[in-house]
Formats: sequence, C-alpha cells, structure tokens
Amino acid sequence: MSGEEFVPLSLTPMLIGVLAAVACALPGNFLVLRKQALIGDAISHVVLPGIVVAFLITGVVAAAPMMLGAAGAALVSVVMIEAIRRLGNIEPGAAMGLTFTTLFAAGVLLLEQSDTSSVHLDVEHALYGNLESLIWLDAVGWSSLLDPLALAGLPPELGRVVIALIGVIGFLSLFWRPLVVSTFDESFAQAVGIATNRLGVALVMVAALAAVAAFDAVGSIIVIAMFICPPAAARLMTNRLEHQVAWSVVFAVLSAVLGYVFAGYGPLWLGFDNAVSAAGMIATVSGLILALAACFAPHRHRSGAPAV
Amino acid sequence: MSLELAANMGAAPKAEIPTESPLAIRGLTVSYGQKPVVFSVDMTVEEGSMTAIIGPNGAGKSTLLKAALGIVSPLAGQALVFGKPLKAARHRIAYVPQRASVDWDFPTRVIDVVLMGLYRELGLLRRIRPQHMEKARACLERVGMTDFADRQIGQLSGGQQQRVFLARALAQEADLYLLDEPFAGVDAATEKAIIDVLKSLRSEGKTVVAVHHDLTTVRSYFDRVFLINTRKVAEGAVDEAFTPDMLNQTYGGRLATGQIDQLELAG
Repeated sequence: MSGEEFVPLSLTPMLIGVLAAVACALPGNFLVLRKQALIGDAISHVVLPGIVVAFLITGVVAAAPMMLGAAGAALVSVVMIEAIRRLGNIEPGAAMGLTFTTLFAAGVLLLEQSDTSSVHLDVEHALYGNLESLIWLDAVGWSSLLDPLALAGLPPELGRVVIALIGVIGFLSLFWRPLVVSTFDESFAQAVGIATNRLGVALVMVAALAAVAAFDAVGSIIVIAMFICPPAAARLMTNRLEHQVAWSVVFAVLSAVLGYVFAGYGPLWLGFDNAVSAAGMIATVSGLILALAACFAPHRHRSGAPAV
Repeated sequence: MSLELAANMGAAPKAEIPTESPLAIRGLTVSYGQKPVVFSVDMTVEEGSMTAIIGPNGAGKSTLLKAALGIVSPLAGQALVFGKPLKAARHRIAYVPQRASVDWDFPTRVIDVVLMGLYRELGLLRRIRPQHMEKARACLERVGMTDFADRQIGQLSGGQQQRVFLARALAQEADLYLLDEPFAGVDAATEKAIIDVLKSLRSEGKTVVAVHHDLTTVRSYFDRVFLINTRKVAEGAVDEAFTPDMLNQTYGGRLATGQIDQLELAG
C-alpha cells in the first residue's frame, strides 16, 4: 500500500490503537497480579458516565475535561464499591458488578438524552470504539509527517492517547518500587511505611486514564481485553516482572497492529465484501495470543502456580 | 457501653510507658467488626531478648504484631518503638509476615525479594548499586540461600521461602525483629538455620519477638514469653511465666495434662 493511501487512512487509527493498547497493558500487569483484573472492567465502564458528564458541563470533547471526568467517575466508583461492600455487607465482586453496571447504565441514558450528535460521542462508538473513523484527512503521504499544516489536522484522539500513555508511564516509573513491594507483600509494604491504600487508589486512577485512551480506540466493552490479555500472556513468557511488562507491551502492539490489519483486510482475503470492526478484531487477536501463550509459552507450567 | 469506651477504660495511665524498651504497648485494643481480637493489652519487650508470643488460634498474636507495625489500626491504646511513635522509629523494625500471606507465584527472583528489605534505603528512585547487591547477597548467605539468588520464588520449598523472608528482614538492618510464625511448615534444617540466625541477632544486642506455636521448643529457643488469649495472660522470663498454670489459663484448659508434663515446665 502506498503512502498516499496508508498515511491518511490507516496510520492514525493504527497508531491510536497501538498506543491505547500499550496504555492499558502497562497498568494491567499490576491489576492482574493483584487479582484485581475486574477493576479494569469496572473502570472501563464507569469512565463512560464520567466522560458524558464532562461533555455536558463543558460542551466540548477535549482531552482535559474528559480525563478529569473519567478520573472523577473512577473515584466515585471506588468509593461506591467500598460503601456498598461495607454498608451492605456484600462481597467485593458483587459490589463491583453492581457499581459498574449501574454507572454504565446511567452513562448510556445520559448519552442518549443529551445532544451529542454533533460530536464524536454516541452510544455505538462509546460501546464498540470507532478506530476506523479516526482518519487523518489532511495527510497526503509520508511527507505530511513533516508538514505543520497537515499535523494540525491530526485527530484529537491521538493527542488524548499520547497524554494518557505519558501519564501511565510516568506513574509506573515513579512508583515502580512501592507498587512491586505492595503488590507482592502488602503487610510488609505497610510495615516499611508504604501508603498501600493510597497507592492502590492511584493505580486505579491510572487505569482509568488508560481506559479513557482506549475508549476512543476500542470502546468501553472490549477494553477489558486490553487490560488483561497482554499481561496474562506475558506472565506465561517469563518469571521476572520487568520482562513480563516488556512482553505485555510487545503483545499489546501485536494485538493492535494485527487486529487492525485483519479487520480491514482479513474478510477480503477470505472472499467477503466488508471489513469488520477493528476493536473486535484487536480483542480477538489479543485473546488468540493468550491462547497461544497458554499452549506454548515457556513458563506455563510453574510449580508455584495456583492449582487448576 | 461501646467497645471503644470499654477499651479506653481498661487502658493504663499513659504516663508510665517505659521509653527505653524496643517495643512498649499500652492498653491496645483491636477489633475486626464488633468482636475484639486484642483487648486492652500491655506489653513491654526487653532489649536484647528473644520473646515468644504464645496463644491459641485466633488469640490475637498476629494482630498484636500488626498493630505494633501500624498495619492494623487499634481502637484504643498505643505502641512506642524505642520510646518513639512508630513513624519516627519505623527504620528500626524488621518484619517477617506469615509465609502464607503472599502469592509465591509472583514473577520475581529470590534476590529481588531480599532487595525489598532495602526499600527505606533505596526509596522511590535510587538505583540499585553493587553495594546493595552485595548487602542482599550477604543476607542470603546468612540464611544459607546464596545458591538460590536467581531462582524464581515459586520454585522454592516452604522452608526456603521462609529463609528468603528472613534474609529480607536482615537486609532491613533493624534493631527489633518481629516475626509471624517463622517456623510454621518448615523443615528441620530450616528451623535450625532460622533459630541460629535469630540467636546470633540476639548476641549482637538485637531484640527478637516471634509468634510461636510449638510449645516444646519454647524453652530452648526463647528467653521470654508473652501469653495471650485476646487479653494478656502472662509476660516474663520463661522460668517465671511459662508455667502449667499460665498455659492452662491461656489455652482455657484445652491442653492435656500429659502435654503440659512433657514441657518440663518450671513451677
């Protein structure tokens, strides 16, 4: 495919898909190790009402209010889960399920009632993502990457996902050591003075940030796959956390690129007429990578692994 | 009357906390839900001693340690570490949690776990330098685990895991060592290795407090005991406090007479 075709139509969606997948996979490593993978699901659902409320208040779809809205919603959900768990004496899984479906439903209702038709914010996109539409119409070829005028026309979603990824990487680099200690041994972490509760909430906030990034790319239903599949597959490749994180990035990038390509061209190769949803294909590929890892990865049999 | 109020009424006057003790606890009450697990407990640990915390399951032994470390917050009471509040003295305590409290499938190596003991020294961003690695290796050597430094922790036996936990505590270079059931589920060789390390710590003037289950080894391992069953039952030198009478009070008559006879107790 030539640059004239690839750059405007496929470069930005692919890039956004890749960056979003990486932004989710990175905190996903810790969520999976903390056995909080479902929190990722909860977060990905509750960012929806957060984003809608942010839009209703500000009237624009811009990075800052969206992320603030999502972070606010994540915080509300964490408080709600704790409150339901304690006041209602309900087990954490049920409290989570209750919270995220309720907030998600509220988000869908809000979205349907509000006048968001003028902007890229509608129920279908929120649920399934709209990667294919994040095209760069100002580009004419590879040369556009150096053309300030064309660069100004990049889809705003790209900026959003870059900010989210920087936030994720910044948080994980700064708090890597306490995160590792508290994920492995919470009592010990508290004994050496690590504020494990605050750190845990911060991790959830960062996951919310990643979920906002992925919201544009794969929508809020499928994003859970991006939180869980790459880290879970990466765990089977190595016994060291540093290497696991690196593998999870590799798998996230692979899922996004292959998923996008297969969605666009796979059906044509098979003789069908239409392309399929990129978001769905990305999640499918990430699941396939996990399946392959489960069958062939070097560390799938571990003496210390939980019995199946 | 609320639990908190009751606990406060039971508390000793605050003035008398001895400031030279490595760990002094006064009027400590901790509850999970409505039921107190530790009720109005006083404890004074002597410097340079080895103290066994003894009591039946659910008697609040681990909770007592956790409250001293600030891991659980008490309803009432306070703890001073070397005469200071915990925040000012955290660097002087090393902690070995129960081995079963962590997921040993965690993707990390033995040496990395030991390096966690240097957390306070390394902080958020300081690089791990050769001298840190050297220190961690020296701690592994002390527990006889040098050859396992690069192993994934899930590949270790229970006893080896416990030694790694002890090595991590040694890396903390503390003056007070709090251990939660360090001998639970370990092999005989490990038990010997651990008690040797603890005794060598004592000979360096360090203080050791361990939750301990095996009544038959109390006499040979420890010099002091702290008997607890939600409330404190007795505290003192093994010869004075580790008596059939006190044990019966602690275990509520659940120990058979024959068992107690075998312990060659004083009194």
